[in-house]
Amino acid sequence: MWLAPYRVLDLTVEKGSLCPKILSDLGAEVIKIEPPWGSSERKQEPFYQNMPHPEKSLFWFAFNLNKKGITLDIEREDGQAILRKLVAKADFLVESSAPGYMESLGLGYNDLIKVNRQIIVTSISPFGSTGPYSRMEASDIGIMALGGYMSVCGDPDRAPLRISYPQAYFHASASAAVGTLIAHYYRSLSGEGQHVDVSAQQAVVWLLMGAAQSWDLNQVIQPREGMFYTAPGGATLRQIVYQCKDGWVSMLLRGPPPGIPGARALANWMAEEGMASDFLKRFDWNKFEPGRMAKEEMDAITKEIANFFLSKSKAEIYNEAVKRRVVLCPVATAKDAVESIQLDARKFWMKVEHPELGESLTYVAPPFKSPQVKRRQFHRAPLLGEHNIEVYQKELGLSRQQLVLFKQAGVI
Amino acid sequence: MPPGALDNVKVADFTWVIAGPIVTRYLANHGATVVRVESQAYPDYLRYSRPYKDNTPGLNTSGLFALYNSDKYSLGLNLKHPKGLELARRLIGWCDVVVENFTPGTVERLGLDYEHAKEIKPDIIMLSLSAQGQNGPHCKYPGYGIELQSLAGFTALLGWPDRSVVQPYGALTDYISGHLATAAVLAALDCRRRTGEGAYIDVSQIESSLQFLAPLTMQYLVSGEDFVRIANRSTTAVPHGAYRCRGNDKWVVITVWDDQQWQKLCQVIDQPDLAEARFQTVTDRMEHVAELDQFIEEWTIAKTAEEVINLLREHGIEAVPVQDTRDLYEDPQLKHRHHFQVLNHPEMGPCAYEGPPFKLSKTTSKLNMPAPCLGQHNEYVCTNLLGLSDSEFVELLAEGVLE
Repeated sequence: MWLAPYRVLDLTVEKGSLCPKILSDLGAEVIKIEPPWGSSERKQEPFYQNMPHPEKSLFWFAFNLNKKGITLDIEREDGQAILRKLVAKADFLVESSAPGYMESLGLGYNDLIKVNRQIIVTSISPFGSTGPYSRMEASDIGIMALGGYMSVCGDPDRAPLRISYPQAYFHASASAAVGTLIAHYYRSLSGEGQHVDVSAQQAVVWLLMGAAQSWDLNQVIQPREGMFYTAPGGATLRQIVYQCKDGWVSMLLRGPPPGIPGARALANWMAEEGMASDFLKRFDWNKFEPGRMAKEEMDAITKEIANFFLSKSKAEIYNEAVKRRVVLCPVATAKDAVESIQLDARKFWMKVEHPELGESLTYVAPPFKSPQVKRRQFHRAPLLGEHNIEVYQKELGLSRQQLVLFKQAGVI
Repeated sequence: MPPGALDNVKVADFTWVIAGPIVTRYLANHGATVVRVESQAYPDYLRYSRPYKDNTPGLNTSGLFALYNSDKYSLGLNLKHPKGLELARRLIGWCDVVVENFTPGTVERLGLDYEHAKEIKPDIIMLSLSAQGQNGPHCKYPGYGIELQSLAGFTALLGWPDRSVVQPYGALTDYISGHLATAAVLAALDCRRRTGEGAYIDVSQIESSLQFLAPLTMQYLVSGEDFVRIANRSTTAVPHGAYRCRGNDKWVVITVWDDQQWQKLCQVIDQPDLAEARFQTVTDRMEHVAELDQFIEEWTIAKTAEEVINLLREHGIEAVPVQDTRDLYEDPQLKHRHHFQVLNHPEMGPCAYEGPPFKLSKTTSKLNMPAPCLGQHNEYVCTNLLGLSDSEFVELLAEGVLE
């Protein structure tokens, strides 16, 4: 795979783990470095069979698939010396600690380049490593709030909402992978590494689509609209989430040209089933302009559609929509994703053995498909210290005795 | 002037809407030469999208289009004309990377798919970013990020338990797949540098997005527990939510993660009920969270957001404002990071574009060019980049090949 020759030292916890996972999915060898007592990432729920245990976190499993695992206490001088030895032979180091922490240990970017002039260090933090908020800790909901994304989600008569599963640091981590590989490209030409300094808040601001532009261009603040949607800066407010028999679907009625075929197909379908009024049957979709039509007219259309969808299940609606090319999507749950015939055809769900659990678990496959890349073997996330011998003894050349001493002293 | 990391990378950009342009924007913002192939007859749908500058619709006045197309050149081509197609093929021969995000089947019909691109340039790297992938029963079904984010599962995770789900704003799958597809392109570029081999990369918006929900899909398969929406609550922290403050639609997010923070919160709020047994431990607070949230909001609603935040932060409790889009432009941290950068557009004048979420210590992420008007760089692309003579260029113009 494309990044096969490269090694990543992964010092991240749950705030950044997805970044080295992406590099691993692209072929890099990733070594997760945890303190001897285990990473906080092992405490992240959900847990296998809902039983909290450091070797049973599904979060740990998902984001550390295929990584090797070693233990090291980098707060100890001996630990720092060992990390420097590892950095000397590595291509990337990714970390997600509070800004200033690595520097306080003599392991900041400016320290590490003394050991390896070419190293690329990627730091993932809530706000970036410098600036007025850089020393502030922030949780997922805090970043979603400061990033503006909460302000545009939820019903207008209640609090702004965040997505019920933390996402902000995933967006930061995905962007971090891009920054890391941009730096890598430059290194291949110049021989120089650099520091990649990632802000989760900025990654969240990206999610606002045109909403921020609305303020800049027209001094309009984008409100939250619940099950409804207005293109930023005012078009006619229209329903976008529709209830159906067993859940919901999302469908945005778009104007010309792209929205017309789908809208017409929907109206025809409704007419075929005797659920379209004369108004809808005679509606001229070429004149459909969600940008400026009267709200009453829009509501009349969406009311009929809402009624139509209420009579059908998600699956019925989606299957027929695919055939007729009516653009919509079911509000899918895990069940829908796992049973998806499309994802099945794409071989997206893959089994990985967990000998310790006595079964195989099903994982998402990496989202990169290429005829140039052969299907690989996937290994479950490492047990605590699983690759200590391989890395410390076989590779760094520590003797078994040294390893035992370090272990007893709590360095490894 | 620091160099751009990707200064020598050349991109033939057949993208439209948001997901594909995010990939080429990343590359362009870091120095790559990115040429968008556009058409007057079939303009990028995003050129029709709000918000418009001064609310005035026009092919070159969409703020949304501008946002996703900084630092790119525009070549207006009539691909129905044989010489237009020839020029597109010449562009492929010129570039390192081809990026497209049409519905699968489209580039095949145009004769610009990977097999054809490889004939022109055997080591070409081509990215096809699509809704659901290049194969499978639903691959040809058109999709946009706005709806795809529901198919990916995010909508099921948003809303109040006693109400309908609500639509996540925007199009989450566009951003997630944009990041991941860009990473893949950069990885493939590196591999080609070492091995001389090109690559075809097939990325699906849905598959990219499910990476962000991976632990939950595993939970469903192991324990049968499916996605559930819990508004702003948390399964580990309590209290954890957004609380209304004095003023019009002003909210503060407050989170408490352990008993020490809880004690501090009680000190600040100074409400005797909070000291009672039913709020003592985390488990207790989880059980009585509705009542707890009510007590907190009775306290916050009497104060401004600033007052609430100052009081709580003094005691080491996370308290931040729910910022709206106007607040973002005043945000001192975003200013420090140069998140919004103003560029002067020929038709729109100066407006704010956004930079990448990271800073690189040696190479630049400073944005330089506003989004292009359609066909703005025909002459530059044809004569400077593709090496056509002036007379060849004039001939193409006369024959209606360029738009």
